Amino acid sequence: MKERILAAYDPFVLPFVFGMTFVLAYCLIALVKVLIQLNAADRRKFALSLITPTTIFKNIRDIFCDCLFHVKLWKRNKVLGYMHSSIAFGWFMIIVIGHIETILYIPERLHKMYYPIFFRYFMEEQNTTLQGSFFFFLMDFFLLVILSGIAIAIVKRFRSRIVGMRRTTKLTLTDRIGLYSLWAIFPLRWIAEGFTAGVAGGSFMTVPINWLLHNFMSKPENITVAWWLYSIALGTFLTVLPFTRYMHIPAEILLVPMRNAGLPVRHTRKGFSLAMLYSCPSCGVCIDACPMGVQKKNVKDATVYMVRNLKRRNRKRSLEIAEKCLMCGKCAALCQVQMDACGLRLAYRTSQERKQNRIPADFGYLNAVAPLPRTETEGKVLYYAGCMSSLTPVISRSVQQVLRHAGVEFELMDKDGSICCGRPLMLAGRQDEARALIEKNRKLIEESGARILLVSCAICYRIFKEHYDLIGVEVMHYTEYFNRLLQEGRLKVKNSHQTLVYHDPCDLGRGCGIYDAPRTALRAVGQLVPALKEREESICCGGSVGSLTLRYEDREPITRGALDNLTANNPEQIVTACPLCLKTFGRYATVPVADFAQILAENLDND
Amino acid sequence: MIDFGYGLTPSSTLKIEDVRLPAFGELLRREPDAAKCIACGSCAASCSAGVFTEMNLRRVILSLQRGREKETLPLLRHCMLCGKCQLVCPRGVNTRHLILSIGKVYQLEEDKR
Repeated sequence: MKERILAAYDPFVLPFVFGMTFVLAYCLIALVKVLIQLNAADRRKFALSLITPTTIFKNIRDIFCDCLFHVKLWKRNKVLGYMHSSIAFGWFMIIVIGHIETILYIPERLHKMYYPIFFRYFMEEQNTTLQGSFFFFLMDFFLLVILSGIAIAIVKRFRSRIVGMRRTTKLTLTDRIGLYSLWAIFPLRWIAEGFTAGVAGGSFMTVPINWLLHNFMSKPENITVAWWLYSIALGTFLTVLPFTRYMHIPAEILLVPMRNAGLPVRHTRKGFSLAMLYSCPSCGVCIDACPMGVQKKNVKDATVYMVRNLKRRNRKRSLEIAEKCLMCGKCAALCQVQMDACGLRLAYRTSQERKQNRIPADFGYLNAVAPLPRTETEGKVLYYAGCMSSLTPVISRSVQQVLRHAGVEFELMDKDGSICCGRPLMLAGRQDEARALIEKNRKLIEESGARILLVSCAICYRIFKEHYDLIGVEVMHYTEYFNRLLQEGRLKVKNSHQTLVYHDPCDLGRGCGIYDAPRTALRAVGQLVPALKEREESICCGGSVGSLTLRYEDREPITRGALDNLTANNPEQIVTACPLCLKTFGRYATVPVADFAQILAENLDND
Repeated sequence: MIDFGYGLTPSSTLKIEDVRLPAFGELLRREPDAAKCIACGSCAASCSAGVFTEMNLRRVILSLQRGREKETLPLLRHCMLCGKCQLVCPRGVNTRHLILSIGKVYQLEEDKR
């Protein structure tokens, strides 16, 4: 073991040093910018979370699992999971081993940032010693891992279907430069280390390449050329990194602790949102996820393109995408960096609403709404059917039938016309107006003295859960409540052995995480068959109030797509738990569509 | 027709010059569905706000086309955007976006004056 280049410097390191310095400076400035843009309360919350032991542990685990091993991607697609984690983890290990070697052999050189990276060039290590051959083997092993990942990446770029992606993102020019330099780095490293394998030692990757290209590699004048090329590839990648999707590599390390601190999205491109925008790896999972993707013209409305437009400050296009979205949340559920896609869109809608002049809302008439009769009975249920349910009276009727069967005392909240829950206004970006409705409803509910608020609409349920803060009132969706009644034995049903498929309404499933209660209850009355895609991958019915600009004609293909997904296993009945889904599916379905309560009411055991 | 002021009922004369064509054109550009309405009144019949107030989308759209929006535009302030009208509309008009667009376009016009 000896130092080959006594000066410990060669001009070829300069591109790398330049690139690395630039990236570090850029990230530092971006970090400061993000922290400054947080408001004081959020900053305190973030700082507190950084010193809380449980969050520290969670942060470290998430950074390793998400950034290095891509656990989430592994669960979804093994090939893509291997591709990403091999490159990320392999590269990480090569850097770490380079540092370990420097620390072991020549710690006085550690302060030179390029030394561990180009360790093989500066140091002459022999593979005849145990220590030497161990490190050579490790380095070559991880190089092989990365090269296999790069090979899959190249295949994926040209034939994404082979690795299971229908569509992949259209890259920008800088993305391409970053991509091609990333592809070039590791083969060049392999060749560069092939040279040193001739003069010093190597292992199963570097020695064979030295033999194979013996004519080329035995000429000493080629050595610096190879190392120069390797350094230039590294330098190019690092220099363009902040302007490409590869910015997600450093940004995600910041995003994970910010997300774990529970910071809300307050702005479209400031603070937490900026960290989120930088973290988008443009992988394109959201493109295939988006239900609007059934029509090719909507492909460019996927979250990845919205992020790109927000980054570029393209307001017109960002607004178009933000207003068109169904807000079903599927892209966010599948997103590898857990991008709050709906939150960003909502922030955009809200900021636009606040900016533009419009006829102000006036809900003064709500003051005249009479308070509900006060009840003192313990455990009395207040049933809020919601606006949509008045168009689907079968739901409200069935719910009442089931409640009566179970002997539950209940009161109707909106029999004389309902006050909207406020979520549609909120989704349109009218936060302040939505607040007015929320306050009115909250007053009505709290003054009624009911202990349980039963809701039969997934849209209403979500806002009751998220924004109402009802004191002393338990908000329950009827799927939860009826399932509880079934488990307690208060509700008796018979099994019709009909095959049922359950559609997860967006706001109930992805929005509130209720997947199992309706399924458990439905298993008691029929035979549940799976849909092609269900639970967090369920497809929006297309009727969503989340979209502001999507036309009626463009909703139809979405509904048909969702129906095809549901009827893949030939069920006799489609069951949903949201009046809007019921109404939307009813238009085009070839299989009868029924509401959850309707199915229970039909199968009540009256004996 | 000359109004002598002796009528028993208020005049229902429509004046073409009262119609704010540029505003309606801008509305059509933002939401082309405005032209689809057949004034069937399903929206008004199902309206949540209509239970408590005079809110009536059909009347608003008609009055915009007839230059009599002054009386009806304030009705839109009661809208809770619940989207029931969108569900019942036989023409598939995107009523929620239409209401939002009317609010913006006509307020903009108001501000200009």
